[in-house]
Amino acid sequence: MNTIVVKLIAQRLALGILLLLAVSVLIFAGTQILPGDVAQSILGQSATPEALANLRREMGLNDPAWQRYLSWLGGLLQGDLGTALSNGQDIADSLGGRVANTFFLAFWTAVVAVPLAILLGLVAVRYQNRWPDKVISGSTLTAISLPEFFIGYLLIYLFAVKLGWLPSVSTVYDGMPFIDRMRAIALPGATLTLIILAHMMRMTRAAILNVMQSAYIETAELKGLGGLKIIWRHAFPNSVAPVVNVVMLNLAFLVVGVVVVEVIFVYPGMGQYLIDHVAKRDVPVVQACGLIFAAVYIGLNIVADVVSILSNPRLRHPK
Amino acid sequence: MSNEFQFLTDQARKGQISRRDFLGRALALGIALPFASSVFASAVTSGQPRKGGVLKAGMQGGSSTDSMDPATWTSQVQHSFGQSWGEPLTNVAPNGDLVPRLAEEIGSSSDAKTWTFKLRRGILFHNGKEMTADDVVATLERHSDEDSESGALGIMRGIESVKATGKYEVVVTTTEANADLPYLMSDYHLIIQPNGGKDAPDAGIGTGPYKVTEFQPGVRQRAERFEEYWNLEEFGHADEIEITVINDPTARTAALQSGQIHMANRIEPRVVDMVKRLPNVQVRNVSGQAHYVFLMHCDTAPFSDNDLRLALKYAMDREDMVERILRGYGSVGNDYPINSAYPLHPTDIPQREFDPEKAAYHYKKSGHDGPIVLRTSDVAFPGAVDAAQLYQQSCAQAGINIEVRREPGDGYWSEVWNNQPFCTSYWSGRPTQDQMYSTAYISNADWNDTNFYRDDFDKLARQARGELNDEKRASLYRQMAMMVRDEGGLILPMFNDYIEAHTNEVQGWSDHPMGEMMSGFALSRCWLSA
Repeated sequence: MNTIVVKLIAQRLALGILLLLAVSVLIFAGTQILPGDVAQSILGQSATPEALANLRREMGLNDPAWQRYLSWLGGLLQGDLGTALSNGQDIADSLGGRVANTFFLAFWTAVVAVPLAILLGLVAVRYQNRWPDKVISGSTLTAISLPEFFIGYLLIYLFAVKLGWLPSVSTVYDGMPFIDRMRAIALPGATLTLIILAHMMRMTRAAILNVMQSAYIETAELKGLGGLKIIWRHAFPNSVAPVVNVVMLNLAFLVVGVVVVEVIFVYPGMGQYLIDHVAKRDVPVVQACGLIFAAVYIGLNIVADVVSILSNPRLRHPK
Repeated sequence: MSNEFQFLTDQARKGQISRRDFLGRALALGIALPFASSVFASAVTSGQPRKGGVLKAGMQGGSSTDSMDPATWTSQVQHSFGQSWGEPLTNVAPNGDLVPRLAEEIGSSSDAKTWTFKLRRGILFHNGKEMTADDVVATLERHSDEDSESGALGIMRGIESVKATGKYEVVVTTTEANADLPYLMSDYHLIIQPNGGKDAPDAGIGTGPYKVTEFQPGVRQRAERFEEYWNLEEFGHADEIEITVINDPTARTAALQSGQIHMANRIEPRVVDMVKRLPNVQVRNVSGQAHYVFLMHCDTAPFSDNDLRLALKYAMDREDMVERILRGYGSVGNDYPINSAYPLHPTDIPQREFDPEKAAYHYKKSGHDGPIVLRTSDVAFPGAVDAAQLYQQSCAQAGINIEVRREPGDGYWSEVWNNQPFCTSYWSGRPTQDQMYSTAYISNADWNDTNFYRDDFDKLARQARGELNDEKRASLYRQMAMMVRDEGGLILPMFNDYIEAHTNEVQGWSDHPMGEMMSGFALSRCWLSA
């Protein structure tokens, strides 16, 4: 059995890498189609023709596209992301800090949101169609239906402006004490939790309810087991696969889709960094960010696959 | 207490009103003399700067692509931070007067071609080295290098040579007479760096009242007081200063309201009234030189016909624009890019009014028929798309059919502005009229965005530049303004105010028409009350 699992995982990884390569081509092609070039965007309204020509020459923008792609890919394989065209900073350095910030926020949000969502899902199943279920479903669905900027502003208004408990500006910096950091990410973390809670909670509820119809659950009930114990010991393990898939999708969202929250709370994550550089046509940075996002997505999906395979023996023997 | 009295007290603190005026006006408001007198005294003593604290600004206009190299600066965050850690040779005061900064004395030859700058002695860079004439020469050389991408390249182009004639003396010669040269030296790109920044352009080492301690582009920048600074009486009151980049306007207001920052720039006109109601916050709206424009290319049909251009100018309802787009925070324009914030501005040019009949007359005379495409975008200026639609309505009253085409903000400055014959845009001011005209209206200007090519106009500009007699200069500038107004491709509906806000703890604020955040001096000149 182990060799089969290892083989399956190796296959997924290889596919993942191939996919990443394809994504890199797409990203590169996409950045070429954008109107205007990086020199023009850097100088903006203040571009003089001389400065433009100088900048283009300096940045090697006159080389053909495939040549630039290959040299970039070569550097990438050696761990060299290059320097940002717009301000000459080393991309690996400046991006590293942003990636760390994004993961920091995503990690602590996940630590709160995932167990909470699953717990709420279990409770909702236990009290299906009774008031706890209705309260849980109603409130989480309301939260997901509101746009994230609205939830963000609402939390700022309540907790930062009216009560003054938490900062509305979540700027984190190097050397910031851990407690301050946690205080800073409290509001963006809460906003993100409210956004992703419903999706995971509803999926947990639906998946478990599906299993609850099975004959062996009835057997467990006839044995005289209590409601929550049946759900936790017998129903939940068999509904892990779909839940994990949804959880992973939401984790991916926490990494790649939080730009609005970053802007509202002035959190220095990757989203704002990427957008600034897209606006300046800073191709190397955009490509690096794009690749990281793609890698996160692909990686989390591989994890979801593997967990599903492990939890469901039937998937280990594809026909 | 009445707002009026609060206003008077503010003015007293800023030293803008005498004791006699203060008491007289307070009396008129029904305030008893002994009370008013004591308020005046306390307002004036609180006008003494207090050292200490961390002064924090939350600002729009920073990006993670920002650099510390002054040559690359374009945004207001870089402007404000740069004015705190670096200094140019001169500054311009709010009333338009020249104030020496690193230069102590400025002299010129009678033909205004040779300028001598005597530098202050004993000025130290943050790295401990003394600033000398060589650093000044190197700085000016770096920015005038044609290969540089300096934002100051345009204004350096008229300079023939820069020489050090002593350890503390620099002589600048210009190719043509230029009476404004000392003003040009106040440009925020031209802060003096050790060896001109040729070795490390983005090191952030200057002579300013603050030295850089943290630079995270687009996130946060911090600096602490430079204790060896030469003028700590006027500058460097807070122990530390900090700029947090908060591009989202709502987040900026919330941060100000919750006391996380002390000052914020760019309060949106539509929320100003709400911000004004906050108990701990003061709003500053400063009328300045910045303006919003509609640009026609004078050499492209149908705009090559002056009658059509006049028709489009008369069809602009300026009052309505100021009222609706700026919500009253601005003033009407008159189709030339100069207002009373400039020294020697023309005073007797009649205001162009919205006149559909005249517009229809000129439109008919031009013989043009069919829709005229106006390109616009949200990035052109705040409310640009709405402004274009308002304009479409007012043009319709004159029988002119405008087709508004909304372009993506991405790529607007490269694909539309300066490329398409009719579009919306904005300008911030320049320290002098000459600089404004030579940046955008003379034939070989870098950004001649109305394609206005007129030899007679260029000649007037050259003449005015070399004229040392203010009266004659003012009359030349009047002629130039009339030419742009009546024959140019510029429709200038409005000058927009800078709207900023700070908490009541911030003292020492004085409005400056040349730029946001007291033209970049807010962080180094304001202090926090105890």
